[in-house]
Amino acid sequence: MTTSKPVRQEAAPAGEVVLEVRGLLKSYGRHEVLKGVDLALHRGEVLAVIGPSGSGKSTMIRCLNMMEVPTGGTLSFLGRPIAPSFKGKGEAIGFGELRRRVGMVFQHFNLFPHKTVLQNVTEGPIAVLGLPRQEAEAIAMDLLGRVSLADKCNAYPNHLSGGQKQRVAIARALAMKPEVLLLDEVTSALDPELVGEVLKVIGSLAADGMTMVIVTHEMAFAADVASRVLFMDGGVVAAEGSAEEIIRAPANERLQSFLARFHA
Amino acid sequence: MYHWDFQVVWQSWDLFLWGAWITLAYTFASILLGIVIGLATCFARLSNSTLLNGIARIYQEVFRCTPLLVQLLWFYYAFPLLVGVEMNNSTAAILTLSLYVGAFYAEIFRGGILSIERGQHEAAAALGMSSAKAMWRIIMPQAVKRMLPAFINQSVTQFKNTSLISVISVAELAYMAAVVNGQTYRPLESYTLVAVIYFLLLFPLTQAADYIERRMRVSD
Ligand SMILES: Nc1ncnc2c1ncn2[C@@H]1O[C@H](COP(=O)(O)OP(=O)(O)O)[C@@H](O)[C@H]1O
Ligand SMILES: [Mg+2]
Repeated sequence: MTTSKPVRQEAAPAGEVVLEVRGLLKSYGRHEVLKGVDLALHRGEVLAVIGPSGSGKSTMIRCLNMMEVPTGGTLSFLGRPIAPSFKGKGEAIGFGELRRRVGMVFQHFNLFPHKTVLQNVTEGPIAVLGLPRQEAEAIAMDLLGRVSLADKCNAYPNHLSGGQKQRVAIARALAMKPEVLLLDEVTSALDPELVGEVLKVIGSLAADGMTMVIVTHEMAFAADVASRVLFMDGGVVAAEGSAEEIIRAPANERLQSFLARFHA
Repeated sequence: MYHWDFQVVWQSWDLFLWGAWITLAYTFASILLGIVIGLATCFARLSNSTLLNGIARIYQEVFRCTPLLVQLLWFYYAFPLLVGVEMNNSTAAILTLSLYVGAFYAEIFRGGILSIERGQHEAAAALGMSSAKAMWRIIMPQAVKRMLPAFINQSVTQFKNTSLISVISVAELAYMAAVVNGQTYRPLESYTLVAVIYFLLLFPLTQAADYIERRMRVSD
């Protein structure tokens, strides 16, 4: 698969389109980073995004929740356009609602250092969804149990390992009950021995049918968990297909040389 | 050999007490008003509006680059002529002190807020928080901790700076020393006593600032 254009319906699960991007452009000053990206994310799908450093993977995934505002193209959520403001307008959904429903996990965790693990996870439900504290804490404890950190609920983030921090960050994002989860190189800042525990959590989310976009350099993991793989290169989607087509048996030459670096 | 005699000076203890009270009152009132002015200025500087930014910067530079003594004299003697309103000395004093300290507080607040990593803003935004809510719940609590030592130092300086309002005849602590000296002709005792009172009031504050700074270095 070498074309960047069509969205491969056959490789995607049958779920409705949750996020759709058409002709996405992003420039910083005169530097064109995204040069026309098309993408449709279906419910229940796990989309892995791979590609060399600087190819625009972060920029692309950050456009999906409007952390970066695109300079061109269209983005829609469940068929609704995105208003260019925090508050929505009529049919158009605002950044606030979009981000409530599309969660994000960062490479450097970005936990709130002045809050305990539990408070980190309840922050969204309380401050944004307006849930009562007890209800938020019940949700949070449940999620912390899922990421095996219930015993750390009263610890502060600076007492946790990188792997534990990232699992808290995942629980924090899940506490909003998002319909999509965006993960941008969430294991890249971790010591190698801590990568596994985080990937395990993400794997279990995938098994539960969570819709996700995962930017990663963990090729074996991507091949395992992804229902579809996107190869980005130079600000465009250079190849797209099943894990089999993209990672296990790549036809594209650029893709082959990129992947060769991971078979040490 | 000079014969120290605190007895005569001490007889005016009520004046010193009243002076100390006035000093404390001007210090705390100007600090409170200064915080309000400082916050407003800080957020004007952080806003996207060029106009607000410009106004805030001009205000800050004027008050940071002229001596407080000159500002006091100007507000008491010159400003009323300019706008044609009467202004008593206590109004001029509180106005000037607050504007002066507010200009410095604004810079301290701004530095504290800007020192918080971009990732904190992003994490809050990614949960769907508005930037105002993120500022209030996520950024400020962390920034306040970082700005506290500088804030206390500036407030200690402010405490000492209130002695300058004696030049427009506000009867605070330093002014009282001059009064007692006038009555007793005991400058050495009068001014030594007033220095000791300032020291006793301020020493605990500077110690607290040092303590907080040390504890923060440990917790970071
Ligand atoms: N805020 C920014 N300002 C200017 N250039 C940026 C900014 N963010 C990213 N870039 C540039 O955009 C390009 C793509 O970056 P990025 O999306 O982070 O790539 P990737 O995640 O694939 O490594 C890089 O050349 C990078 O320098
Ligand atoms: Mg990146």
